[in-house]
Amino acid sequence: MSEMYPEIIMDYYRHPRFKGTLSEPDIEAKDLNPLCGDMIKITGTVSKGIITQLKHDGHGCAISQASAELLSEHLEGKSLEDVKKLTKEDVLKMLGIPISPVRLKCALLSLKVIKMAAYEKLGAEVEEL
Amino acid sequence: MFFWRKSWRSDFPILKSKTVYLDSGATSQKPKIVLKTVKHFLETTNANVHRGVYQWSARATEWYEGARKTVADFIKAQPNEIVFVRNATEAINLVSRSWGDLAVKKGDLLVSTVIEHHSNIVPWQALAHRTGAKLSFIPITKEGTLDLVEAKKLLAKKPKILAVTHVSNVLGTINPVKELIAEAHKHGTLVLVDASQSIPHLPIDVKDMDADFLVFSGHKLFAPTVGVLYAKKQLLDKMEPFLFGGDMIKEVTLEKSSWNAVPWKFEAGTPAIPEAIGLAAAINYLNKIGMDKVAAHDAELISYAYEKMQAVSGVTIYGPKERSGVISFNLGDVHSHDLATVVDEDNIAIRSGHHCCMPLMHELNIGAAARISIALYSTKKDIDLFIKALVKAKQVFKL
Repeated sequence: MSEMYPEIIMDYYRHPRFKGTLSEPDIEAKDLNPLCGDMIKITGTVSKGIITQLKHDGHGCAISQASAELLSEHLEGKSLEDVKKLTKEDVLKMLGIPISPVRLKCALLSLKVIKMAAYEKLGAEVEEL
Repeated sequence: MFFWRKSWRSDFPILKSKTVYLDSGATSQKPKIVLKTVKHFLETTNANVHRGVYQWSARATEWYEGARKTVADFIKAQPNEIVFVRNATEAINLVSRSWGDLAVKKGDLLVSTVIEHHSNIVPWQALAHRTGAKLSFIPITKEGTLDLVEAKKLLAKKPKILAVTHVSNVLGTINPVKELIAEAHKHGTLVLVDASQSIPHLPIDVKDMDADFLVFSGHKLFAPTVGVLYAKKQLLDKMEPFLFGGDMIKEVTLEKSSWNAVPWKFEAGTPAIPEAIGLAAAINYLNKIGMDKVAAHDAELISYAYEKMQAVSGVTIYGPKERSGVISFNLGDVHSHDLATVVDEDNIAIRSGHHCCMPLMHELNIGAAARISIALYSTKKDIDLFIKALVKAKQVFKL
C-alpha cells in the first residue's frame, strides 16, 4: 500500500520488542539527528565480548525506530567485533525498503549509535557511515 | 470569481506538474513573467551596475535602481530606505550589527517573542552576548497568540528593540504589529518586523505600521533569491556599514575609507542584480492582480483548509483559527517526517520538522510538526487532494 511503510516496517515500529533502557549497561551511547531532532539512546550488556542484551530508547520516526529494532534483533548474541563489520548497506538490506537520500540519516541513526557504544568498549574510532 | 483564480495558477509554469505544492511558506513558485523578465535582462542588458559608462551598464543600473523603487512603492517606503541583501536572515543580521553594535550597551534590554524563526532570535542572542545586554521573550497564550499583557509589561521596561514577526511561520498567527509598534514607541523602543510570512498574503504599509525596520525574502514573494531590508532613512544614516568592499564606498585611500550614501552604504560588492529585477517583476505582477484580492483568496483558502483538516479525526492543529498562510499539525502519534514521506508518495509536497522554531516546538511540547502552506496559486483542489492523502496516511499508520 505504501512503498516505504510496508506492514513489516509498521509492525516493528508499532510493536517494539527492544524499546527501553537497561539500568546497568556495559555499553551505552546516544546521538541526535540534527535535521529533525530525533534522538536514539542504546544500552547493552556484554559478556566475554558477546552482546547479551540490547535496548534502544528515545524518539524518532518509523524508519529510525524500525531500524533500531532490526539492529537490536540482529545483534543480540553477536560479538562487538560483529558490530564493527556491520555496514550501511547491511542496515538498508535489513530494512528492505527504498530509502530516499533525505531519509538516509533516519535509517542509519541507530547504526551510528550502536557503533559509538561498541567502539568505545573496543577503543576504536567510529568510521564515516 | 472562479475564472480569475484559475488564471493565476496558469501563470506558474511549474504548476503544470502533478505535484501538489503546499510548501509556499518555505519558498514560493515563480510566475512566467518573472522568469521571462530575468531571462530578458540576462539576454539583452546584462552588465554590472553603477560603475560602467557604456549603455548596457547604464541600462542595468536603471533596471536595478528601478527595482528598488518598485519595492519601495509596494510597501509605501522611499527608495533610499530599501537595502537589497541576500535574504530576510541577512537583513536581521545587518540590523543587529549595524544598528545594534552602535545603540546597545551593557545592561540594556532586547525583546523578541517565543514564536520567532531562529533567524529572529539568534542574531539578538549574539548581540546580547557581545554587548552584555539582556534578551527577553514575549510568551504566547494557550490559543497561540502573543500574550499582549506580558508584552505591555516588557515594553514598559524600555527595551532598545522589539524584534517581532508579523505572521508566525508555524502557527500562522497574525500579530497586531501596528498596536505593538505604537506601544513600543511610547517607551522609545524601536521595532523590527519580520514580514517574511506576511508579505505574500497581506498588503504591507510600513508608514501606516510605523515600523522602524522591516525585512522579507524575495523568494517567498514569487521572485528569485534576494532579500529586502526596509529601515527609516534617519536610522540608516546613523548606522555603520555591515559589509565592506566595492559599491559601498565613497573614497578609499590606503589609510582610510569613507562611505557611499544610503542605501548603497549597505550593499557591498556586486548585488543580486537579476534577482532584484525579478523581484520587481513579481511585484508588478502582484500589483496587477491587487494585493487585496490576493489577501481575500489566501484567507478564504486557509480557512477552507482549516475546516477540512479539523474534520479529520486524529489531527491536532497548532495556533489560532484566525491565521494567515500556514497550518501546522500532527496526525495522532505519527512522526511528521513519516507523514510527509507518505503523502509525498501521492505527490503532495508538505514540510515537516521543527520549522527553524525549536523554542516554539518546546513551548508547544512537541518535537516536530507537519505543515501545509499556501500561496495565491493554491486551490481548493490542492487542499482536497491533500486531505485524501492524509486520510490514506491514517490507514498506513493504523490510526
